[in-house]
Amino acid sequence: MFQLFHNIRVDWLGKRRFFIGISIVLMLAGMGSAVYRHKFHPKGTEAFNLGVDFKGGTVVTVRFKQPPTAETLRTSIDRAGIRDAVIQPILDKPGEFLIRVAQQGPQSESESQTQAGVDAARAKVGLALKSFGESNAEIIGTDAVGEVASKQLRTQAIAVTIAALIGMLLFIAFRFEWTYGAAAVIAVFHTVLVTLGLFSIFQIEINLTVIAALLTLVGFDVNDSIVIFDRIRENRKLHRRMSLYEVTNLSINQTLSRTVITSGLVFLSVVALVLLGGETLRPFSLALLMGIIFGTYDTIAVAGPIMVWWERRVEAANKQPAAAARASGVSSGRNPAPGSRARNGVGKPSRAA
Amino acid sequence: MKKRSLLQRSIVIGIVTLLGLYIVIGPRGRRPHFKDFTPSGMKANLAQNIHLGLDLKGGSHLVMRVKTEEYLKRLTEDAATAAQNAAKDAGFDAKEARAETTSGNYRVILQVGDPSKAKEIREAVEKKVNIADHDGWSFSPSGNSLTWTLSGSAQRTLAESATEQALKIIESRINAVGVAEPTLQRHGGQNSHEILLQMPGIQDPEHVKQQLGNPSHLELVHVVGPPSPAPHQTYATKEDAIASLNSGGNIPANRRVLPYTERVELTGQEANANTPLPKKWVVVESPAIIDGAEVRTAAAIPARGGGEQYEIQFSLKKSGADKFGAWTGANINEYMGVALNDEVKSIAFIKSQISDSGEITGNFSKQSADDLVLTLRSGALPAGIQYQEERTVGPSLGADSIRSGVRASLLGLILVVAFMLFYYRGSGINAVVALLLNMVLMLAGLVMFGATLTLPGIAGIILTIGMAVDSNVLIFERIREEMRSGKTIPSSIEQGFGHAFVTIIDTHVTTIVSSLFLYAFGAGPIRGFAVTLVIGLLVNLFSAVYVSRTIFMWLLSRKGRRVESLSI
Repeated sequence: MFQLFHNIRVDWLGKRRFFIGISIVLMLAGMGSAVYRHKFHPKGTEAFNLGVDFKGGTVVTVRFKQPPTAETLRTSIDRAGIRDAVIQPILDKPGEFLIRVAQQGPQSESESQTQAGVDAARAKVGLALKSFGESNAEIIGTDAVGEVASKQLRTQAIAVTIAALIGMLLFIAFRFEWTYGAAAVIAVFHTVLVTLGLFSIFQIEINLTVIAALLTLVGFDVNDSIVIFDRIRENRKLHRRMSLYEVTNLSINQTLSRTVITSGLVFLSVVALVLLGGETLRPFSLALLMGIIFGTYDTIAVAGPIMVWWERRVEAANKQPAAAARASGVSSGRNPAPGSRARNGVGKPSRAA
Repeated sequence: MKKRSLLQRSIVIGIVTLLGLYIVIGPRGRRPHFKDFTPSGMKANLAQNIHLGLDLKGGSHLVMRVKTEEYLKRLTEDAATAAQNAAKDAGFDAKEARAETTSGNYRVILQVGDPSKAKEIREAVEKKVNIADHDGWSFSPSGNSLTWTLSGSAQRTLAESATEQALKIIESRINAVGVAEPTLQRHGGQNSHEILLQMPGIQDPEHVKQQLGNPSHLELVHVVGPPSPAPHQTYATKEDAIASLNSGGNIPANRRVLPYTERVELTGQEANANTPLPKKWVVVESPAIIDGAEVRTAAAIPARGGGEQYEIQFSLKKSGADKFGAWTGANINEYMGVALNDEVKSIAFIKSQISDSGEITGNFSKQSADDLVLTLRSGALPAGIQYQEERTVGPSLGADSIRSGVRASLLGLILVVAFMLFYYRGSGINAVVALLLNMVLMLAGLVMFGATLTLPGIAGIILTIGMAVDSNVLIFERIREEMRSGKTIPSSIEQGFGHAFVTIIDTHVTTIVSSLFLYAFGAGPIRGFAVTLVIGLLVNLFSAVYVSRTIFMWLLSRKGRRVESLSI
């Protein structure tokens, strides 16, 4: 049979400082970009390139039979009284343009006027298009989101991501240990931060579909962590003499083929989506692509080390009351019985087993 | 024993597969016909069974908010005026009534001349105006001012009922406009007062929005001025009108100043739309005699003058007719105005007592008369609405997204299948069968739950496919490991499934748990993602574990107990 990996013994945890270093650099780069752009607005950019879903405003998709140049289009849109419209030709569909218009009317004005902004943009763009001939240009789609709704969607996107993470934390804590849950969730959170950071650096638009992609990658990522944790749990019963450090390395190595095959296959499908999925799906597929790469990486590089480090701390903290309890002849409830799952044999190999 | 369980499993799988296929491509809600099993028939059924979201099918998506604070404000203002009138009618000295409506506080404050009569005044007022304790208002006298405050819970109840009422009215207006298969429902949380309207196939929602947004607040008002035969009292500017009230530039609570556009016949001008008609101002009594809620029916008829102009005849409900009859009986020769959205459309003097019908004249075109009739019939919205989101997707744009999405997914699927067959050889077939079955059953699940497929839903499908492939990889890698450690093939398969199953359950349940959180906290698109994902994962437990296992069992039973090799 064709075999990808066989009998590999890589000391993954030994490289944890290197891995965690990379992760911190990536996170800092993303955050640095967000903070820098938020403060100084280089070339008019913001911390994140939020789409209309989260910022409010209107996007009009227009199809031309005989497309004008972007400049001509801009001139006629300026003339219709829309300032600072962003005109973006859709690369894979010649003749189609996305016209992004900020919320019409200053936000401080009365409710009814900001309200008018939701529909006014479409009417104004429609007016501008008339100059290209009645049958030449056609509005094929609009997305208009008012200020209140965009704020709601923003809050909701953050709330659902956090809710999903909490759900995972609770379930993993229930099935394994809470340290495992925390390690998996920190790893996922790290992936989300790195992905958002890259979105800030490259100014890729963040819209509702990107949130769907982030939720998808949260799913993939935690899936990876659980596969390895599951193996750790199993190996701890089989190899009682091994330390958690060794067991974790062993488990990562044993599941490595699976990790590479699964992630590789999903990666291939997502690359297909990036290349063929079209402009509308592009932010979505790019978020998935980054998520797959960092999600696979962080299971080995982040979730494992954090879990081992944390378990050791818990073990060290448990040893002291346990020793005190032994001295006074009272058994401590926190001291696990020999052979109980996970916590037994953490740290140095235990001779008692 | 082994043979029997294999047979049972095969039967279960066969039935589920056929059922799934039938649900996806069979007809719904009618008996199957021979035509349903031809390729074109199946395709038509598939298109009918799977509901595509507006982002894929095309149409308009509108989220509107009912301005409930506006509703509560008007309610409080009306109550203030009514309270003063009620107190005066009962013979008390009520100097001034005002409504306080700032930041979630709604108060009626009545200034009275004699604070010792507070109890009697309160009784007299609450007899006529619905601001008693059981209406959710609390009363507190302090010196000369009597205050009624609307409680928070009553505010919520009133706002809620206003939203529900708006929903009903919007529904009747939508139906009257003739939108096919609209979706109309509450949106967001309980206190968000939002309404979601989806209209498949409608590209430009402008006309529908005009119909919906039209507040059409109709009132019949008493126009203040000397009675007929003197002409009705108008003023050239708003300032003149206010000055006539002699109240130091303020408008007292029982008066309103409204614009009035004179009709063409009266000024003797030609009916020419390009000539702006002179706008004048009139003073009317507040509150109105009756309002649009009392209208029973309305119809647009050609105006008597002929030409292109229309007028509207309406009749009143019993309660409105009683009030109107009493008022007109007592005010013969006084002037009465028809006000629409705070603009007086026509003024006429009362010749005799009118009880249950009337007309609105004034320069209506056929279209505007019809629109007005529609809103009058369905009743007035309790408060204005505000659009928060408006999305339209052209059918071609949606079709493009589907096409490129499907093309990309197919390519991804082909790559996955090719790899599985290459890497796992014979067992790869296993994985491919499981994967295809997974997709069929997932679609069947979507059809059965009546779920709508949207772009985020497709993201859910991608994650499901990823996890389905992962389940197979987990199982196969584990079987290989067991074989390497020197176990026999049957026991390797047994052990491989056993160990991998624990992992698969853990990964699936974790994702399902977090999807449930998404469903609980998310709205529209996020829920679509969660629903597809949960269905897909449940199906996957069946297809990747049960079905794949059965295929291995079948392989073993064919080769006998002492198998030497396994293509994996």
